[in-house]
Amino acid sequence: MMPTLTARLSIYQRAGVMVTLASALLLSGWMAPEGAIAAETDFVLNSRCPASFSADADGGCVLNNRYRQYRSLQNKGVGGLKTGLPPLREGFTPAQIDLGRYLFFDPILSMDGTVSCGSCHDPALAFSDGQAQATGIGGQTLPRSAPSLWNVGFLSTLLWDGAQSTLEAQMQGPLYSPIEMGNNPANLLATLNGNRTYQNLFAQAFGQSAITLENVYTAITAFESSLISLNSRYDLYAHGYHAALTEDEKAGLNVFRSFVARCAECHTPPLFTNQQLAVIGVADAPNVLIDSGAQAITGDESQRGAFRVPSLRNVVRTAPYMHRGQKATLAEAARFYTGGRGHEVPKGDSLMIHWHIWEPKLTEREIDLLTGFMGTLTDEAFMPAIPDRVPSGLPVTRASKTPRAPAGTLVHNIATPALQQHQSSQVNELPGGNTP
Amino acid sequence: MSGRHCISFFYRIGLLVFISSTLVTQAAVLEVREGERIQDAVNAASPGDEILVYPGLYSETVYVDKDDITLRGVVEGDDWPHLDGKKQLNDAILYSGNGFSVEWFKITHYKGNAIMGQAGNNFSIRNNWVIDSGVYGIFPEFGENGLIENNILSGIEDAAIYVGMSDYIDVRNNQVFDNVAGIEIENSRHALVEGNLVKNNTGGILVFITPGLPIKSSYDAIIRRNFVLDNNTPNFGIPGSLVSQIPSGSGIIVMSGDDVIIEDNVITGNNNAGIIITSQDFVTEIATDTGSDPNPDRVQIRDNLMLNNGADPEGEMKLLMLTKLSTTGPDIFAYQGATDAARGSCISRRGAYRTLGVDDWADCNSPTIRANDAIAGREPSDSTRGVITKMLPEPAEPRVITEDASGAELVYQGICAGCHAYNVRLIGPPTLAIKAQYGEDADSIAAYIASPEKKRPDFPTMPPQDHLSAPMRQLVAEYMLALTN
Repeated sequence: MMPTLTARLSIYQRAGVMVTLASALLLSGWMAPEGAIAAETDFVLNSRCPASFSADADGGCVLNNRYRQYRSLQNKGVGGLKTGLPPLREGFTPAQIDLGRYLFFDPILSMDGTVSCGSCHDPALAFSDGQAQATGIGGQTLPRSAPSLWNVGFLSTLLWDGAQSTLEAQMQGPLYSPIEMGNNPANLLATLNGNRTYQNLFAQAFGQSAITLENVYTAITAFESSLISLNSRYDLYAHGYHAALTEDEKAGLNVFRSFVARCAECHTPPLFTNQQLAVIGVADAPNVLIDSGAQAITGDESQRGAFRVPSLRNVVRTAPYMHRGQKATLAEAARFYTGGRGHEVPKGDSLMIHWHIWEPKLTEREIDLLTGFMGTLTDEAFMPAIPDRVPSGLPVTRASKTPRAPAGTLVHNIATPALQQHQSSQVNELPGGNTP
Repeated sequence: MSGRHCISFFYRIGLLVFISSTLVTQAAVLEVREGERIQDAVNAASPGDEILVYPGLYSETVYVDKDDITLRGVVEGDDWPHLDGKKQLNDAILYSGNGFSVEWFKITHYKGNAIMGQAGNNFSIRNNWVIDSGVYGIFPEFGENGLIENNILSGIEDAAIYVGMSDYIDVRNNQVFDNVAGIEIENSRHALVEGNLVKNNTGGILVFITPGLPIKSSYDAIIRRNFVLDNNTPNFGIPGSLVSQIPSGSGIIVMSGDDVIIEDNVITGNNNAGIIITSQDFVTEIATDTGSDPNPDRVQIRDNLMLNNGADPEGEMKLLMLTKLSTTGPDIFAYQGATDAARGSCISRRGAYRTLGVDDWADCNSPTIRANDAIAGREPSDSTRGVITKMLPEPAEPRVITEDASGAELVYQGICAGCHAYNVRLIGPPTLAIKAQYGEDADSIAAYIASPEKKRPDFPTMPPQDHLSAPMRQLVAEYMLALTN
């Protein structure tokens, strides 16, 4: 189809027609023929870095971002408005990133071909799944919720319990868990090596058609690390354009960083996480503590109920909240922190609650201001294209069979006051679906 | 205080002003009088400007997210510019910009902090008077190169002066009393705490590594020439806070901090103990942080005048002293992991003090300040007296997106490239198509992107890029037109 794109057409639909477009542009001379690597099959890996990345001398993709002109204290990537980022996993080639994209959305990675990474990390839901607890192979319910993957390439504390520090190690959890993707290394390798298209694609990306697990992990890491969300309205404010936030949103920022609410002490800019483990004492169900958090990893009793501080980037799009989705709305999540130390811990039980959890006595007005401010952390402009089809030929699975977005949420959310006016004259862009 | 320090400090301030005034076209002085909002002046101010606040009552939260702003109170006799939070407002002053100065304010009755910095470097907080103002009085966090001097703080529920996760900070000549903690240096490096009067707090001066924070070290602190007196106020800390666990009557506490030198202080009348050096076992009810070293290393307790400490020891200290057949607490107490000789700590003139837990410590190779040296102004080679500041010799570097080709590249690649690829249609038209349309006319692109209108029927309208300065829009337009792939 030769599309006539209108504002009505969603970013996903646009993404979906990109392959068509690319070939159309090729014919019309927009795209240089040598830009595409011909493969035996009709899958062609991208030869250009994703948006906001550019190739270095070695052909690796390196992020361009204004935060990179700032330093951070002790190079920890935490601080205030003009603070540098933690190190990013970068330098992957465009082909590796693009191969990772196909793998990410391909259910061939699961034992029975029904679950892909994208099943729980759905781009339409900010790479989470909208559920309190994620769903694994065979419809099994997982104990925890699926976290968003935006900016995950900056993180070195991974999983809710902080058990892993690299994406390569982390992904082996879900891949080989009997309740998540149910696979095992030998079967995964055999399946992929038995797929002619993947052999070609791995040859394009890694220079050898024999597929190794290491290269599978590298490719998926490459893709996940390309998910960058750092152009929100908050970021415009941080870089010095103060009109980017309304007066209420600035008031919300001030509540957020005040030492009464103390949000920024753990959800520290610029990523809005300090990547620490914290015991905040959210019950798994009323009067029930089931999930021991980091204690299960370390065996340390004092870490019972300790979980990774999650990033708040795109947080309005990742409800429900907390490690088990206990809080349905952002306001409910924010209200938890004003309920008093340990107010959800069952009587007779105790946790080593973090010292920042206290009784700030936030007013409902302040809760409103906080949620309003958190809404300024939305930016999905660099949404990657979701493939229409994947090399296995299996249907692309996603959590959102019927994609949805909170009312009024825009995918492209660099909204200055002028832009807000601009947007009100546009048709609201909801993520459309191109699931088969 | 040495005259040399005075000169170097004022020279530095002078230099800052000079640098600011050369960078900015014309520094302005903005005046605020009672009935007006200080924030309005901040919003109107440009880097390098000075805001003078005249006496009167102000009740607002002032936030400063720009560089090189000075907030200066005008005190007229007994009349101060008075920021009052009325127990309703969270913080009096929040800043994130570099080069922030605040001085001559009276601040009362805020719930959070009087003055809080987040990642503001090259700051100066001087001559402020803070009473009963929340959790922390003065709290720079994630800051580098700062001065906290000549402030008076009382009635704070946690630390009156709290240097948190910061580097190169001087805390000098402040008066802190009737707080839970007087001065706390936490997870920070390169700090000088000198010449402060620290009186009637629950704990006087603290150098801590607190677990669970993203910056995990605390080292290189000099605690020198302070008066640490009668810190016996019953603990009124917020339940759950670490300082709520501090025993009343503690003069100086080093918990897990490394390379701390305690020298030439006057430490008297602290009823629990004069100096406590401890591992993290000192506090309980806290989750383990495996990335955080719990033990203090290389602490040096040099000459300090200590009298009448330990009159009424608390809790475990009391029990430990009873095992030594003493009902009073020690001048100097090393606890748990701090007692181990392998940690490299030392004490000088140990016979002059009542001690517990330092028997295995080495003797400091400490200078004995000879009267003749002192009179002649000669500094013994091992003394810290030659160290006049821990602040940086040059200010920490500015944080600006440079308005040049490299800045333009970051903006273009970091923002524009989300919609414009060179020869592929994304959300916006390909760069090649734009080049074909505009040729070398960067001016027109720069003007267009500030307030775009719908141009191409089959593309959505571009969002405005008015968040970029006019020069940056021009540079980005030029960058775009120069692209060749």
